[in-house]
This record gives sequence, C-alpha cells and structure tokens, in this order.
Amino acid sequence: MARITREEVERIADLARLTLRPEEAERMTGELETILEYVASLEALDTEGVEPTSHAIPLRTPLRDDRVQPGLDPEQAVANAPERDGHAFVVPKVIAEDET
Amino acid sequence: MAEPLPTLDVLRRELDAGRVSSLELVEAALARAERLEPRLHAFVGLRGAAASAEAAQADARRGRGEVRSPLDGIPVAVKDNQVLAGEPTTCASRILAGFVSPYEATAVARLRAAGAVVIGRTNLDEFAMGSSTENSAFGATRNPWDLERAPGGSSGGSAAAVAAGVVPVALGSDTGGSIRQPAAFCGVVGLKPTYGRVSRYGLVAFASSLDQVGPFARSAADCARVLQTIAGHDARDSTSIPEPAPACLEALSGDVSGLVLGLPREYFVAEGVDPEVLARVREAVAELERAGAKMREVSLPHTRHAIATYYLIAPAEASSNLARYDGVRYGHRAADAATLGDMYRRTRSEGFGSEVKRRILLGTYVLSAGYYDAYYRKALQVRTLLRRDFERALAACDVLVTPTAPEVAFRLGEKSADPLRMYLSDVYTVSANLAGVPGLSIPCGFAHGMPVGLQLLGRALDEATLLRVADAYQRRTEWHARRPPELA
Amino acid sequence: MSAAPHPRYEVVIGLEVHVQLRTESKLFCGCAVRYGEDPNHHACPVCLALPGALPVLNRQAVELALRAALAAHCTVQGRSVFARKNYFYPDLPKGYQISQYEEPLATGGFLDVELDGEGGTQRVRLTRIHMEEDAGKSIHDRAVAGQDGSHVDLNRAGVPLLEIVSEPDLRSPEQAGAYLRALRQLLRYVDVSDADLEKGHFRCDANLSLRPRGASELGIRTELKNLNSFRFVEGALRAEIERQAERLDAGERVVQATLLYDPATERTRVMRVKENADDYRYFPDPDLIPLEIESEALERARAALPELPEARRRRLAEAYELSAYDARQLTESRALADFFEAAARAHGNPKTVANWVLRDVLQALKERSGEIDATALAPEALVGLVRLVEKGKVTASNARPLVAELMQRGGDPQALVRERGLEAVADTGLLEGAVDEVLAAHPEMLERLRAGEEKILNFLMGQVMRRTRGKANPAAVRDILNRRLKD
Ligand SMILES: [Mg+2]
Ligand SMILES: [Zn+2]
Repeated sequence: MARITREEVERIADLARLTLRPEEAERMTGELETILEYVASLEALDTEGVEPTSHAIPLRTPLRDDRVQPGLDPEQAVANAPERDGHAFVVPKVIAEDET
Repeated sequence: MAEPLPTLDVLRRELDAGRVSSLELVEAALARAERLEPRLHAFVGLRGAAASAEAAQADARRGRGEVRSPLDGIPVAVKDNQVLAGEPTTCASRILAGFVSPYEATAVARLRAAGAVVIGRTNLDEFAMGSSTENSAFGATRNPWDLERAPGGSSGGSAAAVAAGVVPVALGSDTGGSIRQPAAFCGVVGLKPTYGRVSRYGLVAFASSLDQVGPFARSAADCARVLQTIAGHDARDSTSIPEPAPACLEALSGDVSGLVLGLPREYFVAEGVDPEVLARVREAVAELERAGAKMREVSLPHTRHAIATYYLIAPAEASSNLARYDGVRYGHRAADAATLGDMYRRTRSEGFGSEVKRRILLGTYVLSAGYYDAYYRKALQVRTLLRRDFERALAACDVLVTPTAPEVAFRLGEKSADPLRMYLSDVYTVSANLAGVPGLSIPCGFAHGMPVGLQLLGRALDEATLLRVADAYQRRTEWHARRPPELA
Repeated sequence: MSAAPHPRYEVVIGLEVHVQLRTESKLFCGCAVRYGEDPNHHACPVCLALPGALPVLNRQAVELALRAALAAHCTVQGRSVFARKNYFYPDLPKGYQISQYEEPLATGGFLDVELDGEGGTQRVRLTRIHMEEDAGKSIHDRAVAGQDGSHVDLNRAGVPLLEIVSEPDLRSPEQAGAYLRALRQLLRYVDVSDADLEKGHFRCDANLSLRPRGASELGIRTELKNLNSFRFVEGALRAEIERQAERLDAGERVVQATLLYDPATERTRVMRVKENADDYRYFPDPDLIPLEIESEALERARAALPELPEARRRRLAEAYELSAYDARQLTESRALADFFEAAARAHGNPKTVANWVLRDVLQALKERSGEIDATALAPEALVGLVRLVEKGKVTASNARPLVAELMQRGGDPQALVRERGLEAVADTGLLEGAVDEVLAAHPEMLERLRAGEEKILNFLMGQVMRRTRGKANPAAVRDILNRRLKD
C-alpha cells in the first residue's frame, strides 16, 4: 500500500477542516506513515469473499412509531451557542469556497 | 473522615444497618477526592453541594422506608464522556469548553434512578482516545500505586478513583480496552459488557460500533450489581440489544467446577509480553483449575491482525463522529473568524489535541476516495474473521482466559512520543470490541510492584459466566482486596 | 406543447427529485415536522447533533418509502443500508447526512409519462429510490442575518426525504416537465407526500448533457441545482441547452459544473466547477442497523397500494366511455377521481356527471386552491343539484354558479336554490304572460320564426329568461312558444 505524502496529509486535513502548522504537518506525515505501514500487514491476508462486519452483534432494525415527542424548548436548543440571534444560531459569513 | 471507602456491598450493609448515612459517605468521598486530587488528578469536576443534596434526599428516602435499590445513596463517579442533564461534559477536550448538556445518558440516568449519587466526572484521554489518560486537556491522571506511572486509559480517572478508594464503583467506557486496561493497571475490576448490552445514548461517541459503557468496582459482585442496574434495552439506541438486564448476581455461585476455560495460544506467545505478567496469569489459571475448572488450549488465529483492524475502523468512525464539533451549536469557537471556513478550521485546530487530530486524519484518509476498499472495507472483512475466531473458540469452551495487558502500568510519558507503541498496549483488549463479546479484567497479583490484570472473555450476552468465574476466583484469593499504599 | 427538437444536438437529461415524506415526526427523532415557525422550535439532542445523541428510524417513513417504490414499479431490496455522507456545512449539524448510498431501498422501476398533446406515453426508467434526512436552513439574507454572518435554523434538519433518481432517459425540457408532473401526481396518489412545491416538499436537481445527433457517447454533463417549480425546471433546462450548444458550436468544451438558474434573466450561472469529484467519505452508519424488509411486509404494502393514476385513467375511460382527455382530467388527483366516481355511482349517468365535474367543478376549483376533498362539496350534493336541473326545478345556468357556493359552505342544494330564489318557474299562467309580453314587444320576431329562422327561438327564449330572471323552465317556455307559433 502506498505510503502517505505531506501533500496528502494536507489534503485530508482540509477535508477534516483542520489546519496543521508546518512542523505539525511534517510530524503527522511521519506518524501516519508509520501507522499505515503497520496496518498494511492486513494486505497479506486473503479476504476474498469474506462479508464485511459493520456490527458485531446481529440485530433487527428497531423502528420508532411516528409520534411527535417533546424536544428541547428553543431557549435550551440554543443555550450553548457561541453566537446566537434570538433562537437562531449565528455563523460567520459563508463565502463561495465554503459551499459544498 | 477521608479514609478509603470499602466495597459497595459493605457500604450497602452499613447503610442498611444505619451505621452510616449517605450524606456521610458522599461527603467522605468528596473529601477524599479533594484531598487526593492534586496528586492523582482523577477528576475533571466534582459535584460538591449538588451531590450532598442528593445524598440527603437518599437519607430521607431511607428514613421513609423507600430505599430504591442497593445502590441508593452510594457515591459513584462517571467518566466525563457520559452526559448528565444540566451539567458540563468535556470529554477532556477544549472543544467542548462551556458545553452544558440538556439531557442525560441512559446508563447514568439508570444509575441515578437507582439512587446512586454521582460525586464527580472523571478524567480521560480526550474523547476516550488513548491508553494512558495522558491525552487530557486537563492534565494526566496518575496511577494510585505509583504516581509516576500512568493509570492506563482511556478511563484512567474512573479506574484511579476506584483504586484509591474515593468511590466504590464508577462508570467508564471501553472502545478498545479503555475499561479493562486501566482496571488492570490500577488493580481493580473492570467490565466491558457485550456490545449493545448497555445503552450508548448519551455516551459521547468515539467509535460507535465498538464503544460500550461499563462499570469499575473492587469486586466482581459489585460489578455485577452495577451492570444489572445500567444494562437492558433502550429504545433510544438502535444498537441496543432487546434483552432485559442479566441476572448476574444470581449466577455468583462461587462454583466453577465443570466450566471449560480456554487459553488462546496466541495471547501467551505475543511479542513484547512481560514474562512476569504471564507468570501471574498462569498462577491464576492454576488457581481456577484447583477450583474445578477445566483448561483447554484454543486458538484465535487472527489475533495478530486485531490492532491493525482496530486502528482502521476506530479512527474512520471517529473522524465522522467528531465532525459535529464545528463551533456552530456548542463548545469552543475560535475568536474573530471572518468566514465560515476560517471559523471551522481554527475552531477545530485549537479545540482538538494531537492524538485526536491524528486519528481524525487517519480516519479521514482511510475513508477517502480511492482508499476505502484497501483500508476500511478490508478492515471490516478482517473483523469478520476475528469474530469467527471467537465463535469457534467459544464453542469449545465457556470463557477465554488471557492477560489484560502485556505489561504493568508504564511510566508517564514513556510512550507518548510513539503513537504506534501506545496503540500496541491494547493488543489483548481490542479483539473483544471488534467481536462484540464481553470482557472482564480482575486483579491477579503483582509484577514489579504493580498490579497485573487477568482478562476473561465470554460469549455474547454471557457476562454472568465471566462474573461467576471472577467471583469464584475472588472468593479464593485476596488480590482484589489489596490497596495502594495510602497516598502521603 | 411539444417544442421542436434541437437541430444539431440530442439532449440528454436525468433528474434527481427530493420528496418530503408525509410523516408527523422527523426521520430519526421525535421532533415535529412543521414549518413557518421560529428557528429551532422543533429540535432535540438528536437533530441538534448534541454529543452522545443517537438516531432511531421512523417506521412510517419506511412504509411510505416502500409504497412509493412499489408505485414506481421498483425492486425493493431485502436489505438496505444507511450510510454517512460526510461534509461540513452549518445546516448539517452532525457534519454528515444520513442517506442511503451503496445499498438503497429500491432500484430499477419506471414511470410511464403521458406526453401532452401527443397522446403517446414515454417510459422513463428509474435508477433508484432511497431515504435520507433533510438539512436545516442557512439564512444568508442580509436583512435577516446582517452583514457578517448567516443564521442557522434546524427545524427542517432530519425531516424525512425520498430521493428519486431517473435514468438519463429524458430528451427535452418538456419531457422533463411531464415526468415531474407525473411523478408528483403518483406520489400524491399513494399518499406518500403532499409534494407541495411552494413548501419545498418536491425539489428537483437536473443533469444535462448534449451530444451530436447520432452520437452514442454521452457528452459532459452539468448539474442544475434547486429547481423548485416546474416552470423553472423547463426554463432552466432550455437556458442550459442553449448555453451548452453555444459552447459546442464554438468548438469549446462543456466544463463539468454545478449551475444555478436565474428566472429573472432566464439564464444559468456557474456556481461551482467540479475540479475533482467530491470526497464525501461515505461509509455505513454504525449507529444504525441495516434495514431489512421481509417479503410479507412487502406483500402487505403492495396489497395496500391504491389504484395508480395510469390504471385508473384506463379504467375510467373504458367503464364510463370517456375520451382519453376527459379521463386524464378526471384522474388528475386521487381526490377528484374519487369524487367523480362517487357522484357517477350516485347519479347513474356518468356522462352527465362527467360534464358537470369537468366544467363546473374544475372551474370552481380553479378559483380556489386545494383539492376537492378540502372543500365542503360532497358528491351527493353535486348529484342533488344535477337532479334539480334535470327535473326542471332550476335552470342549468342558474345552477352552475351554485357549485362554487356549495364548495364554500356545503349543505343541501335544494335549500340553497330556494334560499337564492332560483326555483324554476313552471307556473304556466306566469310563463304565458311573460311570453306574450315578449312577443308584444317584438311582433316581427314571431313572423321570422314562422318563416323558418331557427335562431329567433333562442332570442325569444333569452328574452323570456330575462323577464323571469332566468328561472323559467326552458321546456315549458318552448312549449308555449310552439303553441303561439301554431296559433
Ligand atoms: Mg440526496
Ligand atoms: Zn429532533
């Protein structure tokens, strides 16, 4: 498996909305490389035709009745907000590059 | 009175006999916590007056003859990644600064409904990511047996608080060994129930398919009592198993004769395992044989792939679970950001510590386009193989017996510079999370002056048998009764 | 309204429609699905994405999704998986949307779309139907949010949606419009969604590419986002066809991009160029168990499906001997078709009832908004009114305006006719008086009528009606006039 480059680390940091200082990016690249090298040992294992396990314990999907339950009152909903206006959360200006 | 508290079972009898009040117990616990805190740093926050008020209410109930349960009025502690209504939850992270939860975790709510009094929130590795409780934004917790050593992690605060006799029981959470490994390092009992046995509602997610809430205690019997209280189906958690709480206490017969205990070959030949640790485990095995259990060697052939599998799956889930910490609705927000993107990046970069960032990056990477199949999907397939290993081994025996950790508690700072070395300390514990089966760690002696943990792994939903074996062992030995030297 | 096809390029369109499922509560929590209220009035730990909160799937949402999938002839998958689509945006509180990705609820399927004026139908294949949660609302409007920020309201976050993806089978904006209308009608028929466009219950994204006529390879496509009315969809597609054709004509390449449509200028505008594919890092949501649909549940849902619009159209045309056009009009909505059939049964002569429904009921409905079942007009009341006309108790022209009135206030048509003083005059003495007055005022007319000028009869009838304020029984008047003619 390919090891990871500094550029890739910066690309995924951007995907994860993290900014790394240059020395941090350098260090992370090294550490991730070590870890990825270690996990590459799985490659040798033949998993042809093996079902993936997302949940270890097999269960049936629980379904909830379609009934309205009391939620939080709006004052509670925004009580933790770093910035609010009335009962709306406020975020800094959205510019084109923030659009997904 | 700031003496170490005895077990839950002893305290319960003292309360029932009227020899002590809940208020006295809770205030003793608070006093002891405060006195030890500068050296131990087991807590993120203590509940002081609120806890005392709840204790007084418990005493009033008792006075009216309305005792709710054997836990009524008992002081307990909760790992600070399980939310309490109206109180802060930090996950030992700066990113949750100022957050106050408007709702309560199911396990905590059940414990409190039974009358238990939460005296404080315990320290952890940030978002439960770590094996030493050193990755806390509020500083490391120390091991009560040796303050220069780590208590293990990530539930190090809860393990240390129980080991130091601050509280008889505490809640932790275990994603890859975060209850069992600190229990082993601190010389207490720690149980990771079957995945889905205890509701995850209100447990702050690290890796959703692996996380499980469980108790710390000084005895298997106390552990059983707490499990019975917090376990059972919860309609608010889709992964909760629709079964009632197990009647574990009834199973504690003290008798293990006829039980078949499996010794997984791979766990006894692993590289880097301390021979002294193995020696203690073999002595415990011999003790159980004397008690009438039969031993049998078994194999879990994919064990050596468990850490790699775990460190692909857990970070992948974590990278997504931690996306909600974005500075919009709660917690830390970077000051004076001009645009949304700037706010996101600065908030998250300031708010998360290194280990959390490392795992977010690793998880983002393994899920990203072009790598998903090679890493994530592959890991899910190996998870299937690991699960089958357990199914096969546990068809041939009732319980697997292994060391909990390959070594005793390491020194603070010893592994923090080498993430992979730190990850490898979970080598014996992660498989149970990947396979979903229950795991229990109990003290089984000492090596180099530090406690050694014996791990019991069982079939899904069969916590009762694990607790029965542990309880039988504890009836025959005294390791669990050992106390750390009183902290001067 | 079939527009001429593009002379040089073949147009290839595929549509993605997001439909809000008609549930009381959100997809993964118990918060009410309700709009038009203050921000964050319908929010809880789950839809606010508080630490530790977990999703639990809404049963009704699954049942509605199943019904839609069956109505669209899809193959329902025995197992489908909720996945996380990871991206950051303030109206997406968890930092991921729970959606279905690799394993959707249903695949395949089709919709037979009647093409206006052409009489034929076109089969539009569906790729898939899956369930997902809606995002909240970001309000960038400066009047609300000010200069330096945006507001976030999570009332809509977690509302259940169905995403319906078509194959690129559509060849013109008009076909796209017809497909959307048919899809909306179908979803309303099976009660899956109110599909109210104004409330954002039915939202459309379009993929469009051009290729030289005769070419088999697809061209580079662009994506048009948030087309929230049928008119916009067609306008946007026309504008984008023009834009792409201009580029291709000039020998330029179409750049893969997401565009927005500005109805004011009738032009599309590039919102974002897709340099590399979005990296959403989809993976199965570990908080949810795969959804399993058992065959019995599927069969129950199939059995509970109401008659679908196409089938009903065909049956009505045959059973009541209606034209294809009339049958289409009468089956426009399930409520209207139900109303018609109930009235036709009560009356006995479907043709007569069809005329009343097609002319008067539809006319009156157009003047208000909403469906027939939201009005006070019962099928029995319409039949009562028709019978009054047939018995000569009220004239047809006096009866017609009463349909709107009955929709408004309901009640008994006979009482209404009486109350309005519209009972037809059948009193021969009175009518003879009126006829004689008219003939006295227009003596020459009787002569012209005798001379064979047929239209004079209508003129005289009209005059008598005026004198009786429309209440004269026309048959009685005609009788009297005929007698006078012979006199
Ligand atoms: Mg969608
Ligand atoms: Zn909600």
